[in-house]
Amino acid sequence: MNPTASSEPAAVGPGGRDAATLEIDASCRLPLLVLLVSAAAWLVITSGFALISSIKFHSPDFLAGPAWLTYGRAHPAAASAFLYGFCLQSGLGVSLCLLARLGRTGLGQGWLVTMGAMFWNLGVTVGVLGILAGDRTGFEALDMPGYATPMVFLGWALIGIRGAMTFHERREQRLYVSQWFLFAALFWFPWIYSTAQLLLVAFPVRGVMQSVIAWWYADNLQVVWLWLAGLGAVFYLVPRLARRELQSRNLALSAFWIILLFGSWGGIPNSAPVPAWMPALSTVGTVLTTVALLAVGLSVWQTAGRGGAAGARASLPLRFVLFGALAFLVAGFMRVLSSILPVSKVTDLTWFGPAMDQLNAYGFFAMVSFGAAYWILPQLMGLEFPWAGLARAHFWLASLGIVLLAAPLAIAGVLEGLKLRNPDNAFMDVVRATLPCLRVSTMGDLLMALGHVAFLANLAGLAARFYRVRAASVFSALTLDAHKPAGARP
Amino acid sequence: MNYGPLLFLAAFFALAGSWFGFVLTPQAQIGQLQPTNMLGAPTLYPQARPGLARQGLEVYRANGCADCHTQQVRQSATVCDVLLSAAGTNLPAVLSALLRVRPDLSEPQARQCLSALPQPVLQGLKPAEADAKVKVLNGTGAKASVSIVPVGPDIARGWGKRRNVARDFIFDYPVALGSQRIGPDLANISVRQPDAGWHLRHLYAPRLEVRGSAMPPYRFLFDKRKIERSPSPDAMVLPRGLGPPPGYEIVPKPQAVALVAYLLSLRADAPLFEAPLTVAPGAGATGATNAPTAPEVPAATNTPAASGATSTNAAPTNAPAK
Repeated sequence: MNPTASSEPAAVGPGGRDAATLEIDASCRLPLLVLLVSAAAWLVITSGFALISSIKFHSPDFLAGPAWLTYGRAHPAAASAFLYGFCLQSGLGVSLCLLARLGRTGLGQGWLVTMGAMFWNLGVTVGVLGILAGDRTGFEALDMPGYATPMVFLGWALIGIRGAMTFHERREQRLYVSQWFLFAALFWFPWIYSTAQLLLVAFPVRGVMQSVIAWWYADNLQVVWLWLAGLGAVFYLVPRLARRELQSRNLALSAFWIILLFGSWGGIPNSAPVPAWMPALSTVGTVLTTVALLAVGLSVWQTAGRGGAAGARASLPLRFVLFGALAFLVAGFMRVLSSILPVSKVTDLTWFGPAMDQLNAYGFFAMVSFGAAYWILPQLMGLEFPWAGLARAHFWLASLGIVLLAAPLAIAGVLEGLKLRNPDNAFMDVVRATLPCLRVSTMGDLLMALGHVAFLANLAGLAARFYRVRAASVFSALTLDAHKPAGARP
Repeated sequence: MNYGPLLFLAAFFALAGSWFGFVLTPQAQIGQLQPTNMLGAPTLYPQARPGLARQGLEVYRANGCADCHTQQVRQSATVCDVLLSAAGTNLPAVLSALLRVRPDLSEPQARQCLSALPQPVLQGLKPAEADAKVKVLNGTGAKASVSIVPVGPDIARGWGKRRNVARDFIFDYPVALGSQRIGPDLANISVRQPDAGWHLRHLYAPRLEVRGSAMPPYRFLFDKRKIERSPSPDAMVLPRGLGPPPGYEIVPKPQAVALVAYLLSLRADAPLFEAPLTVAPGAGATGATNAPTAPEVPAATNTPAASGATSTNAAPTNAPAK
């Protein structure tokens, strides 16, 4: 590992792209478009359900009639649609594209990925409908019923195998930082998902072991997987968008090892009714991830810090990615803090947990995915997004939305935890004290929902524009009128 | 790290380590837990829930009750109380012994204390201290004993008598520990609220029973139907505004009945080796936990709930539904 040679293979600027790069980009175009557009569609569905379940906290009679819209179904539907429909799907799409570009090899058999995306989306659709019909499994982060599993798994297998093959077929022997993260993420999911499905749904284990495995799975998915896939994109995007070399490969390497070795040992709450060594070990693992947080923070700061602010003003994708990196740090430190025993006595079983998870999954992962989509898609298509204003609005809506969602919930959590410590506070008074915070968080949900509509509109508009240009060029080629190359600017 | 297989092995062994630690090892330790004898009673605990309650757990899972209600009572410590149950015959000696272990008492206070036995004379001690004090008292011919008392905010709130342990859940699928207390903890709801009619009305219209409750109503668990020849004995008794139009009645669907049976089976206060507590004699220590058929009178140690800390207890209990 030679830190001086930490530059990525062949700088890919929007201007100076050679024929090979164009060919690689063309091979990624359809798979990435399918994955990202469906991810964006899931995001809109997510925010619909999230908004409904958020409103129910201050007006419990809202949409209380139909069984499928009760909180205990709408809320897990939103969570599953977000995690599996958006996060994993967009993460896969961006990973494939980055693996192809960094390995200087085309994404062969793109139809495999497209078919995988179809199975994946079918599985998530069946799963979310199953939750609404009352078939949720009852395990957080794994709520989609067992009959959706084969489709989801097949979808992953098709996409993941293609990803692993792309990694294997790489022409650039030297591995860039992002490739470690993305490759580990590709391999991580099938293991944790199959373990959880087998031991929780197919052949359930006994008693609290179910909860232990569910916590292990949720931590490995919402922390390790999202961190691996998200940081892979961060380490790729930040140097390119800030137009500087990555500082430094060794910092990134230490973050990688810490996440692999210790990130996967978290997730068991201190209050859990299990033998004490489990929460104790889990606390140790979580506290050790501090090193990874510091390494990532330092690396992003040194790469984009000086001049990064100016770059962020100029580049929308960089703004998304830097916001994501910041949220990563905040959510990561919240996780470390709340795993320590005296703090967890207050924060466990309160709103603090959802605030932290949302900040990690949305503030970090989704924001980085947005940045990646806004940067990569125009290059693949050779077209600009149709509504630049909407994209800028999306940044403000999403960032303001997640701040208005996570900050009040974290405050509500601490408030609730402190008040519950005193048995003289009647429970109803504690609930009432958190209400103002919950009202603000509904505003956050609303802003995020508007942002998602803008995002979907832009992606769909870009796809429509691309295929219109393409159709026109095919038509003109047929009529032998002109020779507009496919993908040229209109 | 430029070598693909090395990268794969790194990820493989990292995840294998975590899998070994948090899947395989816990399974070896608590994956085969069996029912065991309660402390001081020959009763096996826990008993499997009755069939209707097990169906109720399905309703609980399908409608995500665990999203807002935990079933995990926490405790911050276990302390020892010294319980003086009889003064014996040598009153002056007991009095002086009591004054020795409780130097803060004046003689009239100590006399008064001795006249109202049994009662705890010392609270919140460490085991060794409590043992020493008991020895002093017993040396005079009085009958004193150490009682083990779990303490903590949840227990003071009346949500349970001890913390939940892994054994409480061995018959459940899925285990509904929950992760958030948007509503009160339900680990011992059958002790706090043993009335099935209350639970049905609370499900139908939560704010009828608990003022300002944030729980959504679960009317889809109830049927509105026309009264045929005579009203159903299961029909809900509801106040004017909420009741059905004349000629109709509201009856709980089987799901609602099963859900209430499940709620009434929620009770985890048996004294166990891993979660010891001393149950006051005659307070139903032998009552089979997790067997809801005849919810007995709440145990004496549950008295903190009387302070009105829990909203469910403070709510008025109306006449049970017919």
